[in-house]
Amino acid sequence: MNILDDDPLSRQAEVNFSGVTKVVSLAFVPEAEAGHYVIVHAGFAISVLDEQEAAETLALLQQIDEAQKGEIAP
Amino acid sequence: MDTKQDSNPACPVPLSAYEQILMAHGGGGTLMHRLLEQVFYPAFGNPILDQQGDGAILAPAGGRLAFTTDSYVVHPLFFPGGDIGTLAVNGTVNDLAMCGARPLYLSAGFIIEEGLPVATLKRVAASMAQCAAAARVHIVTGDTKVVEKGKGDGLFINTSGIGIIEHELVIQPRSLRAGDVIVLSGDIGRHGLTIMAQREGLTFESAIESDCAPLVDPVLAMIKAGIDIHCLRDLTRGGLASGMVEIATTAGRQINLEERAIPVREDVRGACEIMGFDPLYIANEGCFAAFLPERDAALALEILKAHNCNEAACIGTVTAGDAGLVTMTTSIGSRRIVAMLSGEQLPRIC
Amino acid sequence: MRYIDEYRDAHLVRGIAGRLAALVTRPWTLMEVCGGQTHAIVKFGLDELLPGGIRFIHGPGCPVCVTPLELIDKANLIAARPEVIFCSFGDMLRVPGTAGDLLTLKAQGGDVRMVYSPLDALKIAHDNPKREVVFFAVGFETTAPANAMTVYQAHRQGVRNFSLLVAQVLVPPALAMLLASPERRFQGLLAAGHVCTVMGYREYEPLAERYGVPMVVTGFEPADIMQGVYLAVKQLEEGRAEVENQYKRSVHRDGNLTAQRLMQDVFTVTTRQWRGIGKIPDSGLKLREPYLAYDAELRFGVSEHRVAESTDCRSGLVMQGAIQPAECPAFGRLCTPDQPLGAPMVSSEGACAAYYRYRPKKL
Repeated sequence: MNILDDDPLSRQAEVNFSGVTKVVSLAFVPEAEAGHYVIVHAGFAISVLDEQEAAETLALLQQIDEAQKGEIAP
Repeated sequence: MDTKQDSNPACPVPLSAYEQILMAHGGGGTLMHRLLEQVFYPAFGNPILDQQGDGAILAPAGGRLAFTTDSYVVHPLFFPGGDIGTLAVNGTVNDLAMCGARPLYLSAGFIIEEGLPVATLKRVAASMAQCAAAARVHIVTGDTKVVEKGKGDGLFINTSGIGIIEHELVIQPRSLRAGDVIVLSGDIGRHGLTIMAQREGLTFESAIESDCAPLVDPVLAMIKAGIDIHCLRDLTRGGLASGMVEIATTAGRQINLEERAIPVREDVRGACEIMGFDPLYIANEGCFAAFLPERDAALALEILKAHNCNEAACIGTVTAGDAGLVTMTTSIGSRRIVAMLSGEQLPRIC
Repeated sequence: MRYIDEYRDAHLVRGIAGRLAALVTRPWTLMEVCGGQTHAIVKFGLDELLPGGIRFIHGPGCPVCVTPLELIDKANLIAARPEVIFCSFGDMLRVPGTAGDLLTLKAQGGDVRMVYSPLDALKIAHDNPKREVVFFAVGFETTAPANAMTVYQAHRQGVRNFSLLVAQVLVPPALAMLLASPERRFQGLLAAGHVCTVMGYREYEPLAERYGVPMVVTGFEPADIMQGVYLAVKQLEEGRAEVENQYKRSVHRDGNLTAQRLMQDVFTVTTRQWRGIGKIPDSGLKLREPYLAYDAELRFGVSEHRVAESTDCRSGLVMQGAIQPAECPAFGRLCTPDQPLGAPMVSSEGACAAYYRYRPKKL
């Protein structure tokens, strides 16, 4: 993500969606910085993805998966 | 500009003085002839066209003929990977290839909006000439009309094509058999997305371009290798999904697809996510599906890859089941139905 | 795609389904109120992966579907005016009003344009100073900040030829109505991840407590939805009724305060009509006093236009979870995406459209 404009209201960035770039407003995520992942809706970023939480969610899901495998094994 | 070419005692004003198309260029008079001489004949020149008859007299060797027509109204006229001219030639060439024919001759009809820069027309003609040469076809007859400003949106082109069938295969949906495998020649979604990106101002890191290309060589190579092709379909408007549904319906068979096997580029996926499109329904201009017996699948893939179809893959099978039903095993292993979309995801795509 | 593909992993999804099967002891019905989740469920066949007895009901999660007929007609009236450039998200274009839809109007010469963001509409207003540009502001709380920001910017920039036709609705009041209904058919709820990204989930806590219904704020990918179901069912099995957050990577309890502040500045709460359901008090948003100049209904004098809802479309029953789309007699026959009787068959977030597209018949 490249920040394009610094005025807080019209702060915009080029957001990269796996190789596609689109200009998105950062007005609602003042804490967003280059390198962050954001959730975008109707041309606006509405949250900064919490990578820590994302990792924990995945780990939890994988744990459930592991436990399931554990139960099936004879 | 070569002044000797431009000047003519009958008309003191040389063509080069007109940078834009006028109504008079469609009038059938001197100006129109100058347009043909300055733009179309140099680009498309070939012995048949040079006869300048009302129609072209052709004498192809005996055999079945394939005949097709298509009109091109794409907007914008120029886009990464091609333009309306490349579509107009390759699109019709490919329709002939999908019949298993060797394309020979094309006609080209132009409906031009008053005010279109002549330079634009020249650029399109040059593209068409280039594609025609690459596909080894001749543009042998054509027509030019001009409509008033505001009535035409730049340029519309119609091309019709004739090809010759030099084998005994009956390539059509009704030839489908249960057990046939579906081979896709390449990744999907690029053409439609390219057009959309131009219109919406999206940019791609690694330039996504239209996949517009002639499909003749891979098809003829497969036929020559003795592959028993049952059906071919290029996946233009409506994309892969629509092509499959149409064929399943006409053939009276069921088709099952494997989502995981269908090649889609990462950036195409990303663009689809943002714009809310489904790659299955996006138009392609250089991608086709071949239906053939399972025993021929490996050879078909080999041949495709030898003809620049690096992403070629087996993506599904034909079964005896519900006529017209197309199902897909999703990436998470469940099954869903692939149906026709009503209306157009992306208008004026080709 | 990072942060998307991982949540679509087949293995993971089936793993959760398996764990769910081990957990469940009784049939449970869960409602989800997000069009995006509806589509993901039907598209990925998640409901078919659920162990026997666990069912989904698709609630009124599609803002296009709940926009009243009256507003569609007002949109058509405004768009028909020669000086107007009418901008809207794609979905609204084919929703039938009393006398046709916006797409037909476009074919007849109306200047109707599809946009992806209200900011696109504002730009069109900048580029066309002699025309009146109207944006159809439809949506739940997820799009409200974008619409608020656009009006705010229009005001700051002194743009005069721009207005919003407001159709904003709020989720919690509709939920409260569904929860309070004596015919309620669900015991647990999946709350919409993006609505909650903006609003947080404080508002759901009193509802969960009052009605004894567990609520799990859930994302949109298959693994998210399955985990949301898992957490909800776990609560039900354990007799709890709390608000839990599955979509932690995007949602915080308080939501996005910057967005909420702007929404409060530009909009105020009002009563709105929900198509197929009826009037729900305090369930929508309208422009506040300082911004009324940007209200299209006032600007074009269509506020008093009244229309009665037709009875052909059973979308109300579908959206309240009383029937599944396939149980509607018109489904697939009189009512198809080409010839829709109502919005849920047209909108990309509508339940009927999802079923028609991915499951027109039983596999």
